Amino acid sequence: MRAALVRRALQMIAFSAIGVLALITVFIVREGAPVLYKTGVGHFLFGGAWRPLEGEFGIWPMIVGSTVVTIGALAIGVPLALACAIVLAELAPPRARALLKPTIELLAGIPSVVYGFMGVVLLVPWIREHLGGPGPSVLAASVILGIMIMPTIIGISIDALQAVPRSYREGSRALGATEWQTIRMVVLPAARSGLVAAVILGMGRALGETMAVIMVAGNSVRVPHAITDPVRTLTANIALEMGYASGDHARALFATAIVLFVIVMALNSLASLARRRPRRRTRRPLWRRALGALSRGAR
Amino acid sequence: MSTTSPSLGRMSPPLVAPRVTQIVAKTLLWAATALTVGVLVFIVAFVLRRGLPYVTGDFLTEAPRDMGRAGGILPMIVGTLYVTAVAVAVATPLGLGTAIYLTEYTRGGFLTRVVRFGAECLAGVPSIIFGLFGFVFFVITLGMGWSVLAGGLTLAFMILPTVIRTAEEAVKSVPPQYREVAYTLGASKWQAIVKVVLPSALPGILTGIILGIGRSLSETAAVIFTAGSSLKMPVSLFDPARTMSVHFYLLAREGISMPKAYATAAVLVLAILVINATAYGLMHRFMKRFS
Repeated sequence: MRAALVRRALQMIAFSAIGVLALITVFIVREGAPVLYKTGVGHFLFGGAWRPLEGEFGIWPMIVGSTVVTIGALAIGVPLALACAIVLAELAPPRARALLKPTIELLAGIPSVVYGFMGVVLLVPWIREHLGGPGPSVLAASVILGIMIMPTIIGISIDALQAVPRSYREGSRALGATEWQTIRMVVLPAARSGLVAAVILGMGRALGETMAVIMVAGNSVRVPHAITDPVRTLTANIALEMGYASGDHARALFATAIVLFVIVMALNSLASLARRRPRRRTRRPLWRRALGALSRGAR
Repeated sequence: MSTTSPSLGRMSPPLVAPRVTQIVAKTLLWAATALTVGVLVFIVAFVLRRGLPYVTGDFLTEAPRDMGRAGGILPMIVGTLYVTAVAVAVATPLGLGTAIYLTEYTRGGFLTRVVRFGAECLAGVPSIIFGLFGFVFFVITLGMGWSVLAGGLTLAFMILPTVIRTAEEAVKSVPPQYREVAYTLGASKWQAIVKVVLPSALPGILTGIILGIGRSLSETAAVIFTAGSSLKMPVSLFDPARTMSVHFYLLAREGISMPKAYATAAVLVLAILVINATAYGLMHRFMKRFS
């Protein structure tokens, strides 16, 4: 009797995460959908004019902004982070690893506002002086985000690399491959699904970052034409105007959040797919795979 | 794991001796690592060097004056602790309960996958969306206003995935023999969980909670719309509060006072380093015990 009660209670608690996710979805959609409906999804997504006071809501410049800045962040963060992960998982002697890994994990906790602040005091003036433009820019945001996503990518990549069985490496070395050849031709391909997941999650982090980006991106609502142009991202759009928005304007910000939410959820699903189902060598036809997935789901 | 074997095409004699390629590759990899770690360490060192000289006893124990241009950050420290405490108090039972259910009651299975997927999705939700949600749900719909409670509950939802994940790992790594021995001694399932499994998993569970505290401390976007940015000392759960991160953000963004901004940042960074180091140490000890 009591055991059944405990079981029931725990079961309800177990659904809290899903419940919260559902609650968030419901409330964001409920607030944002009216504006999406009124403006039209196409016009809202691809409209170039954001004049909230006149009731004109087009977030195309922000979509471009978020995309450009995220690509920039990946271009800077991914190579460095992967190199770091390879060194930590494959090359570093145990003592160096014991020092470097905790250091990176500790630094993963630095608040995003601090990163943004570093951008403001060091990077932005440097860009203004040496590259021209106002300073706050696509470039500044990309660099800061690139640094911010590194700990995320490094952590997950190390896990992926360490999951590759030792025997793979030993086999490769036994065939006469050098350490680097082993890493490049055996370990990296074997860990690919995990590495892809790491990059996708880093991408999600870059897309979702708000305060640091606001501080260094300049925030003007215009499609940028150069990396020294200021941009506004989707997240910045929400945070900057939420303080004073009301009525349809506020709802348009929630609609922006819906767009962001959908993109991030899609990325997360991709990442968990990549992590769960490593690529097979021989690809089964699509219908076989779908059937397999269904039967797995039913079990 | 994919088992793609290196294609034979790549086996043709390379232009450069493999040993030379290896030296070049390794040098580049180490250089990239040094750069990465260097940048991260530099950021911390820079903030501490600029900020710590301004961190005095008065700074930690006085209220801010003139919008933060003078005085200290005591109300922000209290506000941060308050909001974080609410977040942890709510997220811990939820996260722990989920972890126990997933590991002790359903091993594997459809439900586990659904719950885990939900937690993963929740972990990926941008903090600004938590902020918006907290604003319409807690602040407006439930009528809490900008308050410690609204901010704390929003943060609780945000750190829930972290707590679930670490607690699950911790509970899972307790060897099954522990439970079997408890059963043999006549313990019920629940008694075995409470008296045997949870105490052994405690360090791992604490790690998750501490990481959650760290995330709460450093969060800005989710709290600024839910806890508000009042400079007054929060007393009740329904008072608005300004956390240290929000205070730092406003000082820096509105250029109110650079010295005070640096000092606040230094306190924040130091607190987070200590918290994360504790979490890391605990995790390390825990992993050693069961491996």
